[in-house]
Amino acid sequence: MRVGVVTFPGSLDDHDAQRAVRLAGGEPVALWHGDDSLRDVDAVVLPGGFSYGDYLRAGAIARFAPVMSALVPAAKGGLPVLGICNGFQILCESHLLPGAMIQNDHRTFICRDQRLRVENAATAWTSGFEQGAEITVVLKNQDGQYVADRRTLHQLEGEGRVVFRYVVEEGGRNPNGSYRDIAGITNERGNVVGLMPHPEHAVEEGYGPSLDGLTFFRSVLSSVVNA
Amino acid sequence: MGNVVVDVMLKSEILDPQGQAVAFALPRLGFHQFTDVRQGKRFVLTVEGEVTDEVLAAAREAAETMLSNPVIEDVVSVRAQSRTGHLNGVEPQA
Repeated sequence: MRVGVVTFPGSLDDHDAQRAVRLAGGEPVALWHGDDSLRDVDAVVLPGGFSYGDYLRAGAIARFAPVMSALVPAAKGGLPVLGICNGFQILCESHLLPGAMIQNDHRTFICRDQRLRVENAATAWTSGFEQGAEITVVLKNQDGQYVADRRTLHQLEGEGRVVFRYVVEEGGRNPNGSYRDIAGITNERGNVVGLMPHPEHAVEEGYGPSLDGLTFFRSVLSSVVNA
Repeated sequence: MGNVVVDVMLKSEILDPQGQAVAFALPRLGFHQFTDVRQGKRFVLTVEGEVTDEVLAAAREAAETMLSNPVIEDVVSVRAQSRTGHLNGVEPQA
């Protein structure tokens, strides 16, 4: 099972993502932003970081990298794609997912363990979770505020395409001002998932807050086997 | 050599944390009359030769496809800048 991980100039978590794939039982394949080939991988991870320095807008320049000209049609054709943090921003800029990410409402960088609720356990990347389960993974971002117009939000909610929500205490606020506490969403088909928090940092005992991240990568491995 | 100036602003309904930071800091310098600040982006695109209608059309397309994200931003204007630096108003297509 070959899972590609794209490295852009400024990607930071590409090696962590590769390691997570390996620990889940898959074969990580390094993909380069300047190549227009996906090297026959069965799934792709767009990792976190600051591609192209986040210049212009987070993910805006990565969207036009040669590798994206191969990835966008493949994703539309059903290839499982997971965008983590900067990868989520790239998926939004590429219009593979609706909405956009802007600066955190409190203007500061955030880095903490974050509880999430799994709202959709039917996607290629979440099938190993129980619907409604709460998981804990690392959240670390500057531009993590998910925004979209009301019609898009209505559609996402109506079609069950909100995949993760931040767990917010009674009367509390979510960590970045995201509309409807949205931490992650999926496309209509459920093969493309983007989320702000980092499952690849929660895959090994002794590192990170849990092993919840492994389920993302195991889910895609089993979805590819069953496809 | 000619320039095209493209101005992009966050949509009014989108929170502007940078603008807010500026707004909170202005009173410290004694500027109490400004109730809100919105911060935008200006791009200056340079071409060889004059800014023709074709150049403006290309700039408009670049503004809509890459320089702005229509989900959160509006292209406020796309204008030719003459040698004297004067801006000739050309509104973007809706």
